[in-house]
Amino acid sequence: MTQDLRYSALKKTPFHSRTSLASRTNKYYNWNGYTVPTEYSTTELEYTAARNGTSVMDLTPMGKYEIIGDHAHQFVDYLVTRDLSKMKDNTVAYIIWCNEDGKVIDDGTIFKFSSTKFMLCCAVKIYNWLNDSAYGFDVTITDVTDTIAALAIQGPTSCSTLKKFGATDLETLKPFEMREYNIDGFDILISRTGFTGDLGYELWTDPKNAEMTWDNIEIAGKELKLRPFGMYALEMTRIEAGFIQTNTDFMAAEDSLRPTRMRSPYEIGMGWLVHLNKNSYFVGKKALKKEKEENTTERCLVGLDIDGDKPAHGSVIYNSKKEDIGIVTAALWSPIMKKNIALASLKRPYGIKIKENIFAEIYHPEELEYRKIWARCKVVKRQFFNPERRNKVPADLYE
Amino acid sequence: MPKNTHDVIVVGAGHNGLTAASYMAKAGLDVVVLEKNDWIGGAAVSRELYPGWKYSNCSYVCSLLRPEIMRDLELYKYGLQIIPYEGSATMMKNGDYYTHYHDHDMTINSIRRHSHKDAEAYERYSRDVLRQCKIIKPLLKMTPPDLTSFKPKDLFGALEFAKHFAAKDELGGLGEKEIYDTIRFYTMSIRDYLEEYFESEITKAHLAGSAIIGTALGPCSPGSAYVLLHHYMGEVDGSVGSWGYARGGMGSITQAMMGCLKDHGGEVKPSSEVTNVITKNGKAIGVATQNGDEYYAKKIVSNLDVKRTFLKITEEKDLPDDFVRSVKNFKIRGSSGKLNIALDGLPDFPCIPEGDPGGGGDMHFTETIEEMEGAYDDWKRGEWSRNPYVDMCIPSKSDPTMAEPGKHYMSVFIQYVPFNLANGGWNEERKQEFGRHIVDCIAEFSPNFKDLINHYEVRTPLELENEVGLTEGNIFQGELTMDQLMFNRPVPGYAQYRTPLKNMYICSSSTHPGGGVMGAPGANAAREVLLDMNVPQKGNYY
Repeated sequence: MTQDLRYSALKKTPFHSRTSLASRTNKYYNWNGYTVPTEYSTTELEYTAARNGTSVMDLTPMGKYEIIGDHAHQFVDYLVTRDLSKMKDNTVAYIIWCNEDGKVIDDGTIFKFSSTKFMLCCAVKIYNWLNDSAYGFDVTITDVTDTIAALAIQGPTSCSTLKKFGATDLETLKPFEMREYNIDGFDILISRTGFTGDLGYELWTDPKNAEMTWDNIEIAGKELKLRPFGMYALEMTRIEAGFIQTNTDFMAAEDSLRPTRMRSPYEIGMGWLVHLNKNSYFVGKKALKKEKEENTTERCLVGLDIDGDKPAHGSVIYNSKKEDIGIVTAALWSPIMKKNIALASLKRPYGIKIKENIFAEIYHPEELEYRKIWARCKVVKRQFFNPERRNKVPADLYE
Repeated sequence: MPKNTHDVIVVGAGHNGLTAASYMAKAGLDVVVLEKNDWIGGAAVSRELYPGWKYSNCSYVCSLLRPEIMRDLELYKYGLQIIPYEGSATMMKNGDYYTHYHDHDMTINSIRRHSHKDAEAYERYSRDVLRQCKIIKPLLKMTPPDLTSFKPKDLFGALEFAKHFAAKDELGGLGEKEIYDTIRFYTMSIRDYLEEYFESEITKAHLAGSAIIGTALGPCSPGSAYVLLHHYMGEVDGSVGSWGYARGGMGSITQAMMGCLKDHGGEVKPSSEVTNVITKNGKAIGVATQNGDEYYAKKIVSNLDVKRTFLKITEEKDLPDDFVRSVKNFKIRGSSGKLNIALDGLPDFPCIPEGDPGGGGDMHFTETIEEMEGAYDDWKRGEWSRNPYVDMCIPSKSDPTMAEPGKHYMSVFIQYVPFNLANGGWNEERKQEFGRHIVDCIAEFSPNFKDLINHYEVRTPLELENEVGLTEGNIFQGELTMDQLMFNRPVPGYAQYRTPLKNMYICSSSTHPGGGVMGAPGANAAREVLLDMNVPQKGNYY
């Protein structure tokens, strides 16, 4: 089904007939050029589905690129900062990639089918970047965003829901593994990945199969507290999990108008993904090596546990002398932990060496007036929520 | 030094006892909690009485538990998760229904089906009730001041208390008119209050339910409006008035509290019923248990209701006469019963269309306030209501851990059920008759309901007293009327968690701010004990 896109700004995903039917609020937004729901009914209940039952989210707008060719493995290893030389077939890895200056372009996941076939998933559009970077490699890059329909199935009962849907023995699938299934005559790839920091899976299939997949998953999850899940609820879960969002927690290097806004992996808590000792060269290696050796990293991205119950949206962070030391990039009152949490970009040494006497200035809106709250913050691990069930093998089943 | 010596003994492992114990253990004290049953949790329990089904045997929903307490005691870490309700519905004999939803706009659209005027009045009503909730919220965590005392603490306390009623900034300009509204609200009947807003009977009946749950007042009794407020002042993550389920049943709350307590070195001893408080020179020094053990401590904190604390485990000779008289006069009347039902499938309620989220939370079938008052009239005669008000819900619709997929647990709270049943009182036969009566009432709205029942547990006020230890089975450990609230709770002059018996404290729902699974009395009492012991309390949000 090709959509006629003349005079239209936003595309519909292959699940649109189902997501629009499920929406009781008619609230949509533009994700990567597609119309997707921000909220189906109430965000709190959708969030709860992800932490209590099964949440289903249309992931199709996520940028998806197929990398095929004899040099596919070398190319991917060259593109990203992480050492993927030993990556096994049928596994997925979390990655970031940088420009030549060692500034982060985006984070995403890379799926390895074989050493000649990969799929890269990410938030921003990078078809052009991939092609430019592929100079000299024997690879073909195809933008498959439109030709692969994707669903996120996340939450404590998600494994049971998918088993009921037809994914036999799914509980044995380990985190960051993927497996191909044939369900009702369609090939469906299932990976144990996700953006909620909980037990969860992602499904990848042909758009022709989209509506049937949605319907059958809905039936499978009927007794398992299944609910479609919009972008607002996803934002809540990803903050709890401490996952970063491009152009929210940091500016993508290719999008930043002001060069000073670009961030190195070390500045956004992604240093663990930079393998300077990997044998082959990768984009940005020289710059990152220099930054590391000269210790010139300026900022850090940390988790904050904040006093009170008013979320610190966009708050400026101060030290005890009331000097500006950073900004909150994402904040929420965490329903599951009953904590006021935030991600914040701080100027070092705050957040690294100095973790005490840090304050957020919160402007809490109260009927056209603001209440100014001076709230004490504790620097904590960015991964606020990390339940045991997330990585458990075999996965929890509700039967 | 005798054996079994601790800093603090807490009598009763209900949610308030465990809250108090956890705060004190967190502050570094050596705390032991003695519980009469061989399970813990008081009225916040999840028990499997029929294989494969978990029941929230007593309390069944959660809203009042203070988020600050959940945060301080890190209850999440010990397994507590609250699942918000999707909606609520009242079914009507004509086949129609009335619903509220988690989403405000959906609720307005739903009310409009019954009355356009009421739909708009609901906005005004919500605002007014929310305003009352905002006044009361900061009072929950305060120790009520003694209004007759000239101690600086009480004078400042009284000012602080008054400030919340008159503070203009905090409440967006609460003026004289609003203060009058508050005074009226605290003393009015819910019928009179609702009639100032709504015209449709079904709207009023649906809303009035919250004003009679757990109380021995009818919807026309003065003071019943406050009971509604008491059910509204809770929250689920900032959504004031919202209710939710504790994942895994209400026992998850007390289990999580026990997890926190144990992590801080505290101890809980089940099957250790305290029979009496040991005193020496007019001071409480320990307790004796039924199995003959004795425990000694610097402080003793009772999680039992005020009657059990002072008329059962404390000797009258250790207490002032006027105090004993006040305790005897404390109103604690049983008025509620409960059915916990294991269902083989989801019952059909034809009034509520399939998939309507209104059926996802509490369901009722009382259509008018008059019916409700009629149900109360039966109670006054010592009978269970022939046409009862029920608050029924199916937690397993939202919670995947209560029963296996496709099976369901249903909780049915029944108003009114007397403690002193006329014509000879409760016995097994009459208890079962009561249970069958309720099943019949529900079956009128659900054709397949009876066929799905695997097992049910019937709870009368007598069971609640015998098993949980709530005098007369009153779920609030004492009526929530002005004469028994704030500085009058449990008795005037003793509202600060201290008692006439030195070193003896009370932390139960018989104290301010009262009943419900709130934890506030426990946390407030712990604060007073720690103050008296000069133990620093740092880093708490509560």
